[in-house]
Amino acid sequence: MADVRQIVIDIIADIAPDEDVSNLDDVKSLREQLDLDSMDFLDIVMELRKRHKVEVPQEDYPKLATLASCVSYLSPKFATV
Amino acid sequence: MNDTQRIVMTGIGLTAPNGNNLTDFRKALLDCKSGVKHHEIRYMGKQVAGMCDFDEYKYQSKKLRRRGTRAGSVSIYCANEAIQDAKLNWETVDKSMVGVYVGITEHGNVETEEEIFQMHQNGLDWKLWSPHHNPRTVANSPAGEVTLNLNITGPHYTLGSACAGGNVGIIQGVQQLLLGEVDLALAGGISESSQTFGIFAAFAAQGALAQNEDPSKASRPLDKNRNGIAISEGGCMYVLERLSDAKKRGAKIYAEIVGYAINSDATDFVNPNSERQVQCMHKAIKRAGLSVSDIDIVNMHATGTGTGDVNESEAVRSAFESSNKTFVNFTKGHIGHCMGAAGSLELAGNIPSFNDGLVHPGMNCTDLDPQCAIKNLVINEAKNVGNINYILNNSFGMLGINSALIVKKYTV
Repeated sequence: MADVRQIVIDIIADIAPDEDVSNLDDVKSLREQLDLDSMDFLDIVMELRKRHKVEVPQEDYPKLATLASCVSYLSPKFATV
Repeated sequence: MNDTQRIVMTGIGLTAPNGNNLTDFRKALLDCKSGVKHHEIRYMGKQVAGMCDFDEYKYQSKKLRRRGTRAGSVSIYCANEAIQDAKLNWETVDKSMVGVYVGITEHGNVETEEEIFQMHQNGLDWKLWSPHHNPRTVANSPAGEVTLNLNITGPHYTLGSACAGGNVGIIQGVQQLLLGEVDLALAGGISESSQTFGIFAAFAAQGALAQNEDPSKASRPLDKNRNGIAISEGGCMYVLERLSDAKKRGAKIYAEIVGYAINSDATDFVNPNSERQVQCMHKAIKRAGLSVSDIDIVNMHATGTGTGDVNESEAVRSAFESSNKTFVNFTKGHIGHCMGAAGSLELAGNIPSFNDGLVHPGMNCTDLDPQCAIKNLVINEAKNVGNINYILNNSFGMLGINSALIVKKYTV
């Protein structure tokens, strides 16, 4: 089973290479903890699609707000790819 | 002339395949140290090319480098280095009166090729096309990235002018200062062309891509055995100011820009026109109020192509026929063709001549093509000529754009 949490962290580490992603709070908003803007979230969506064939429709972007919400939203999708 | 109408160079920031600052670059030119090496080019394999190894993160975060472009990265490095060199107190500079003028050969090929490559690698999934592609490829991008990096709120232009870009960027900076549009100009040219396979493939298709087992010998302007262009990247940006402002802050002054000209061949897409090149050089000399024999050094555009070198040699011979004291050199033997950066970079390589009295040699011309023979050509070994007061820098490009820029040694 895919470690969705680590997959998301790995993508964020590539998108925001100046940030420390080693101690992220799972329930706190990613934007509160990291210098991420809306374009960065588009990059996260893009990388999910490119690396893991996981599609995130635009209306679901808010579900990527925290690490915990990423895991709960993305896990079923990873289970089917 | 009033000091407010005289424009001077007070800072130089550069990166070339053989040096990341003026001191190292000049030394490499005097020592005939090449920056051209073999590099792997996508689809094509091993090719000769000039790549720069400046620290991309010296003035830029990793995230913004990732979001931006290589062209922006080169521009940001050069602009910051120029500001440091000019010893400007950046915090106190009125950013609304700073203009950024970056000459380029082309822009966007690197980014577009990469998107298409990635799409091909991923089953032609067009939804993988990056949302960054538009801001990366708009034509003002390299200059715009400089304004973002340095919080400059004055105007910024990227000047598409093929391989005349470096001179054209400087000329635009001069004109904007003379118009009073800005008080300080960051001006010059940049290129990241060697990062895109398309330019290699296109020059190969033209039969004009340099090849040599020893890459340091591949770029051979004016040599009988030249076989094309060694494609390179690079950049050189200048801080330009009115002389009155430079004096007020006690700035070190490298040179005064006293003449320039840009014209068009109106004859062919790629083949040059020596008659127009002569007209361009003479127009710049006239604007400077000089005669041809006042020019001490002419830096040729000299790319290492069959036709281009013959045409320009004919033009320089004709333009300087009446001068016995004008020395002629070229720079692309050392660094290859830095495209949009060529004009500003090659000029920078000659500016130290005002202090050391040396004309750096053109490199790799070991068997001079008789059709390229020019009076007082300096090749393979530097020449000490003593006092140097005026340098004319040629830069020409496709679609028949010609530019000539004249700088004068500054004396109080």
